[in-house]
Amino acid sequence: MKRNVLTAALIIIACASYLLAFDPQSAASSAGLTLIKDATILTVSHGTIPKGSILIRDGKIAEVGPEVKAPAGATVIDGSGQYVMPGIIDCHSHIATAGGVNEGSLAVTAMVGVEDVIDSTDINIYRDLAGGVTSSNILHGSANPIGGRNQLIKLRWGKDARGLIFEGAQPGIKFALGENPKRSRSAGPSTTPARYPQTRMGVEDVIREAFIEARTYMQRWDDYKKRAAGGERTAIPPRRDLKLEALAEVLRGERLVHSHGYRADEILMLIRLADEFGFKIATFQHVLEGYKIAREIAAHGAGASTFSDWWAYKVEAYDAIPHNAAIMTRKGVLVSINSDSAEEARHLNQEAAKCMKYGGLSEQEALALVTLNPAKQLRVDRRVGSIDPGKDADLVIYNRHPLSVYAVAQKVLIDGQVYFDVKKDLELRQFMEKERNELKEKDRKNQDRERRPDSRRGPPTDVTATAAPPEQ
Amino acid sequence: MKKPITLVNWAFALTALALAGRAAAENHVYAIRDAKVHTLGSSGTLPRATVVVVDGKIAGVGEGVKIPAGAQIINGQGLEVYPGMINAWSNLGLTEITSVPATNDAAELGDYNPHLLAFTAIHPASEHIPVTRVNGITASLSAPSGGIIAGQATLLHLDGWTVDEMALLKSAGLVLDFPSLDAAQRSRAGGGGRGGAQRRSFADIKRNYEKRVKELSDLLEAARHYDKARGANPGTERDRKLEALVPVIKGELPVFLQADSERDIKNAVDFARKEKLKVVIQGGREANKTGELLKRENIPVILGSIVALPDREDDPYDARFTLPRDLARAGIKFALTSSSSSEVRNLPYEAGFAEAYGLSHEDALKAVTLNPAEILGVAAKVGSIETGKIADLVVTDGDLLEIRTQVKHLFIAGKNVSLETKHTRLYEKYLNRP
Repeated sequence: MKRNVLTAALIIIACASYLLAFDPQSAASSAGLTLIKDATILTVSHGTIPKGSILIRDGKIAEVGPEVKAPAGATVIDGSGQYVMPGIIDCHSHIATAGGVNEGSLAVTAMVGVEDVIDSTDINIYRDLAGGVTSSNILHGSANPIGGRNQLIKLRWGKDARGLIFEGAQPGIKFALGENPKRSRSAGPSTTPARYPQTRMGVEDVIREAFIEARTYMQRWDDYKKRAAGGERTAIPPRRDLKLEALAEVLRGERLVHSHGYRADEILMLIRLADEFGFKIATFQHVLEGYKIAREIAAHGAGASTFSDWWAYKVEAYDAIPHNAAIMTRKGVLVSINSDSAEEARHLNQEAAKCMKYGGLSEQEALALVTLNPAKQLRVDRRVGSIDPGKDADLVIYNRHPLSVYAVAQKVLIDGQVYFDVKKDLELRQFMEKERNELKEKDRKNQDRERRPDSRRGPPTDVTATAAPPEQ
Repeated sequence: MKKPITLVNWAFALTALALAGRAAAENHVYAIRDAKVHTLGSSGTLPRATVVVVDGKIAGVGEGVKIPAGAQIINGQGLEVYPGMINAWSNLGLTEITSVPATNDAAELGDYNPHLLAFTAIHPASEHIPVTRVNGITASLSAPSGGIIAGQATLLHLDGWTVDEMALLKSAGLVLDFPSLDAAQRSRAGGGGRGGAQRRSFADIKRNYEKRVKELSDLLEAARHYDKARGANPGTERDRKLEALVPVIKGELPVFLQADSERDIKNAVDFARKEKLKVVIQGGREANKTGELLKRENIPVILGSIVALPDREDDPYDARFTLPRDLARAGIKFALTSSSSSEVRNLPYEAGFAEAYGLSHEDALKAVTLNPAEILGVAAKVGSIETGKIADLVVTDGDLLEIRTQVKHLFIAGKNVSLETKHTRLYEKYLNRP
């Protein structure tokens, strides 16, 4: 028990010290002006500036170029010998969620949403931030053909859950095809009962049925509104259904569909179904066989968010090739590279570099895979994804070219404020080490005192005064 | 360690010279000319040199090396030559598709299976083998897993028609997952997950630990008795498990002692010392905290992947990335690995990350070439570009550890190996889909 208390105390202090150090107020200059000076700037939208500066005003990029000067009162970050790129946007993540990401009990769970379980204390937020990630698309799991709603967040470490929300981002929902939704509750020697669907036929059926239901639901509301507007006093509103409302938003084009899928045939299935119901798939997630049907994905207008080189972990990933992103890019698909892993997220820049090795993308194309392209896929490219005036100052400063295996993030800014600083991190470690040792010492002394019989104290009075509960 | 290698090298060199003339005629002779050669041996890095390959072996390396008549010439201008990388821990050839049990042969039932050999189950036609080698990895250790003693690991050359052709070492050592006092705790804190593994009391974990360690000691003691009994009376009934342990108790076959936490490593080393075993620590996530002990006992470490999250919530974010740097500073010999069959190809980036977080370039290269060769006891044959060694060579257009670098030519045991894989075939096919 003692040990647990000590561990808990250590964790709280660890978190608290990070919070203190990264209090955004202290990181920004009073005038809200910061200049990153004399760095190699990888804008992603308009090439590389070999030696340039970025002026940040009130959290936004104000100016970028070789001649930008520091106004009076600006905080200056010396970027000489370093590289600045737009903050990385991870289009598929499950960090910062408390209590699981798979509501797998039903085949359709459009009524649940990740926004309700954002955990701002998850240390993986800080770890991914330290790897240059500034925004993460937090998706529901893949246990259901139609899963829960997703939430785009910014990794503003130290803010509460509300402070992490990427304000104004278009809402979305997770779909899933193939092995995961059909096997998540498989029949057989399992403690949970089998759940429909068990086949790819069933997956299609569940999605189709849900949209037929959603259309009927919309029709009922339309009828009601028409009757109510016509002054019909007996008109009764239909019962509100949160599941069908989310799907109605999809049908109206207000909610983005991010669909997990691997095999070419099932991706085509969903494109057919979406075309039939008149909506678009925003992104196919994983889409490891996307290279086989790049033409069809491009024609539908869907984005593809894939892994750099993972393969063979299941049958539907056995034809995955690391050239996937390159082929799809060449054939006109908007492609991003995502992590689906708190670890992988820490080096998405290097994962993007693999798309140069396999399939020969250019530097700019590779960098766009983890910045501008995911921003477009998530419909936030007016806010983030490249280094252009007017965009949020979400930036990463690296010691080496970010497509090099040797690159290490030095500073990460979100809304112009420094949320990660490698030097500060080292200082904090020493601070934590000192604090840890002090706590250990205190704990040891306490134990010594308790061992001495003469110092044994009676129970505190407030406990003796309380009657023991009758049971337990 | 240095001396015997030199002697063996010399012997190899003589053999290679003797074979040189005959081989040229069979056209197994190659000369990679005018390349930057990273020997990782005594010659260091040669800015413009020639490597001559004759009959599977390196017949010469240097600036003025004579090219045998009839040799196939590879123009190495602008290219770099490295020794093939060696991945010292994996399930390559034992696992094809992770989620499909029918394609998995790494883990047998039972706690003690010292007599099982990875060699028996390795699938030489696995698609993972070509995919791995075209990134410059020419050898990989395939290790069984599961139970306490999972079996014996096999060191594979990543080219060959049959496993007999591929095995560099049929048995490289015994895989022993040392009983852990920390694993339960680790799985709870690892990966940033919350909740997870069920809680067991420390007293319970310790009881189980002591029981397991006693079982292990008894088993080794039984092997000693068995060895004596067989020596005294060859008619003694055979016991294949004990028989497999005889080279282990004699210190002839190394034990890959799997341990990660500081406490587990200390316990494992204590155990090894008591039992007089020749050991290599495998895993070693906190090997930096046991640096002095490992140095004193001269125990090398085969690290698990360092491209991984820290174990504890309050560990530094780069705790695993900086592990190689700390081990180098402590003077510990170590190898870097990428163990999952589908990810062995990323071995060079393990070394690249280690360098990014403080390891020197030379140490990073050695951690995936010469060090694993030395740790696995095959440095006389592979691990560096030196006359007499097996010709496992990677010819690249740049830094071996950089992601964008392309492998241009690949030699395994002197054979010019094709760079085609399942992946390149699918790439060509679908890139050209109308």
